[in-house]
Amino acid sequence: MRLRLSVNGSTREVEAREHESLLTVLRDGIGLRGSKGACEQGECGSCSVLVDGSLVCACLMLAGACVDRDIRTVESFGDDDLHPVQRAFVDAGAVQCGFCTPGFIVATAALLREDPEPSDAEIREALAGNICRCTGYGRIVDAVHRAAGLARR
Amino acid sequence: MTVARRLGEALAELRDTDSVVIAGGTDLMVAMNFGRTRPARLLAIDRVAELGEIEQDGAVRIGSGVTYARMLRELRGSPALREAARTVGSPQIRNTGTIGGNIATASPAGDTLPVLAALDATLVLRSASAERRVPFASFMTGPKRTVLQRDELVVAAEWADAGPAQTFLKVGTRNAMVIAVASLALVVDRARRRVGIGLGSCGPTILRATEAERFASGLLDEAGWERVVRPSASALAELGARVSAAARPIDDVRGTAAYRRHVLAVLASRAFARVAQIA
Repeated sequence: MRLRLSVNGSTREVEAREHESLLTVLRDGIGLRGSKGACEQGECGSCSVLVDGSLVCACLMLAGACVDRDIRTVESFGDDDLHPVQRAFVDAGAVQCGFCTPGFIVATAALLREDPEPSDAEIREALAGNICRCTGYGRIVDAVHRAAGLARR
Repeated sequence: MTVARRLGEALAELRDTDSVVIAGGTDLMVAMNFGRTRPARLLAIDRVAELGEIEQDGAVRIGSGVTYARMLRELRGSPALREAARTVGSPQIRNTGTIGGNIATASPAGDTLPVLAALDATLVLRSASAERRVPFASFMTGPKRTVLQRDELVVAAEWADAGPAQTFLKVGTRNAMVIAVASLALVVDRARRRVGIGLGSCGPTILRATEAERFASGLLDEAGWERVVRPSASALAELGARVSAAARPIDDVRGTAAYRRHVLAVLASRAFARVAQIA
């Protein structure tokens, strides 16, 4: 079926199968590979995107049900000029292999929009849907505090 | 596929086709991603306006399309249900998963289900031609099996506001993203002098610990239903033992029957100690 989706502020037309997830359409249909396909069951958060401002796993969103919704992927968060959240992750040393990072960027941005000064516990609960196998999360939590500080300035 | 915007449209589609319903998709999409199911037709109901309503002035009614995130932000009609919603998955899951999905999937591990049982909730089911109201206790017939007909939708859950003395506890291997090893909801409706205890992940359906409920009611008859009390250690232990005895757990991938019986006793005594202090 032919789908018209609003992705990162533009209308994109793609061909999709009935059962296909938004993640498949973003990566294979549109070529936006920032959202990662790993667990395909909503456990790891590496496919995190914003749909109508809400943090969701793109692997659990039926592409056909995402029509008339505002979809933002990690690609919308800065390019050559890093978004403050991206800057904070880099400066905090919170990126090792980098695979989980796009999902964490989106999840962190969603958190700080709702709670500009989260505590450690609030950060950990808000990022509970994102798994990192490399860093042990310490520097990721630092990065979120750092991003909150950057936003304050 | 159809993206329904109105309830009538969705019910007509269910009557006329063999569509599979998808709301938040947090269960169905996993099965589809892994090729375990490939429905010929899908009916998306996440935009159906009528399913997203919450009424909560005395009599509480929550539409089946309400997400866990909305429950956390907006629901006042059951503190225990908000606690349960908070334990589901992750923010990503909570932003799209719905209470209707939890109900219709009817896993014995569904986190909202012990609360609905303890609240003595009624489920409102509708087809294009009829509406029926089913007590939660009669809804589940086995693991992931219910009385819901192929052409019916769960449209809402209703219960009488039982006040603040209620809680939900869950045990899992992590404090997020886990399917309950065991769970317990305890509701003390002080105004109506009723205790409800719902047990999850310890039987083929959600169980009510009726002997334990009677025992707790007896304690409150003596101590006074309106009063904050501190139950004795022996009373808490007795309550725990009765809850444990009500469970029908099995050994499975997530835990043993023996562990489940043990941990339910712990959950019961903690829950009652906590709730006895809330008036």
